[in-house]
Amino acid sequence: MELINLALKSIFVENMALAFFLGMCSFLAVSKKVETAMGLGLAVIFVLTITCPINNAVYIYLLKPGAMTWVGVEGAESVDLSFLGAIAYIGTIAATVQIVEMAIDKYSPKLYSALGVFLPLIAVNCAILGASAFAVQREYTLAESTVYGVGSGIGWWMAIVALAAIRERLKYSNVPPALRGLGITFIITGLMALGFQIFGGIQL
Amino acid sequence: MDKATKKVLVDPLHVQNPITLQVLGICSALAVTTKVETALVMSAALTFVLVLSNVSISLLRNKIPGSVRIITQLSIIASLVVVADQLLQAFLFDVAKEISVFVTLIITNCIVMGRAEAFAMQNPPGKSALDGLSNSLGYSWVLIAVGLFRELLGSGKILNYTVFEASADGGWYVSNGLMVLSPSAFFLIGLIIWVQRALSPEMNEED
Repeated sequence: MELINLALKSIFVENMALAFFLGMCSFLAVSKKVETAMGLGLAVIFVLTITCPINNAVYIYLLKPGAMTWVGVEGAESVDLSFLGAIAYIGTIAATVQIVEMAIDKYSPKLYSALGVFLPLIAVNCAILGASAFAVQREYTLAESTVYGVGSGIGWWMAIVALAAIRERLKYSNVPPALRGLGITFIITGLMALGFQIFGGIQL
Repeated sequence: MDKATKKVLVDPLHVQNPITLQVLGICSALAVTTKVETALVMSAALTFVLVLSNVSISLLRNKIPGSVRIITQLSIIASLVVVADQLLQAFLFDVAKEISVFVTLIITNCIVMGRAEAFAMQNPPGKSALDGLSNSLGYSWVLIAVGLFRELLGSGKILNYTVFEASADGGWYVSNGLMVLSPSAFFLIGLIIWVQRALSPEMNEED
């Protein structure tokens, strides 16, 4: 039950894209078509599901003050490596993204060329580093961090697919020429974010 | 200065602006623009990291194997960010305490990674340094402009100096609560894009 609550919370209340504004660069740039948005969204869910628990485990078993006690060497229990957090997490994330990139290149070259520079940029998608940092900060267990990773991924995927669907519809509206494309997308995202503020403060 | 160098230097300020055209580095643009001060310090830190990362990645560009390039680039960037963070803590401790979270966020600022991937991997160090500098300037002016409007309309102040007497302090200006919320940054950047593209229609997208 706790885990279901956490999942719902990470999808709606703490939506990565529309409540925390993380992962915005690819959110805005790869939302022209529902199809590519779907591809990127699924890749993000996949990467988040893997990296969030791994990073949490790295923190619990290697970096936390006193985490090295299991090594058994004298003085190991006083080692505090938590200042290495950011570098360690980004290492895990970059390695995972590289594997995903190679897999997509091999099995779906069409998706690979559609995602372009934004595939390597998943590595710097702040939604992913953000989720790892939040999981560590809130001292989630391994199971909780897995659920949190999946949930935030689904929330982000949902938001980008929704935005892409709105943008496909925009083809039929008469937007001022200078606002077409990126400009109107910013304004739509602002409105979507205002809408998502309604979830703020809901306690599950 | 030949034409190509000038293009590298001038384009990112306007027609190839990292935020309003390349869509890079948006997250920090939303997070640090509630005040002009944080926007300024963030811009300075980003300039430091972007120039140095472009130079070092460009120096190593022929030695980085394609299959591990992301991890290599990220470890260079993350190390530079840690250096910037430590420097701020050593010399500007008060400011560092306030903005340390934002400095760590530079690791995931896609301008740094984007420029490394799109420019520094193909060009010599000198040119890459220029590219880093001009891109951070293009980023900075948008950030500072958004920060200016949000601080002025949100609380009637600029750099903590009162411009409009806010009604909360007994003045006449009823501050605009929306400007303090993050969605306002979206509207402001959207409007900046509108102005920019109305001035130079060649930036318009075929949609």
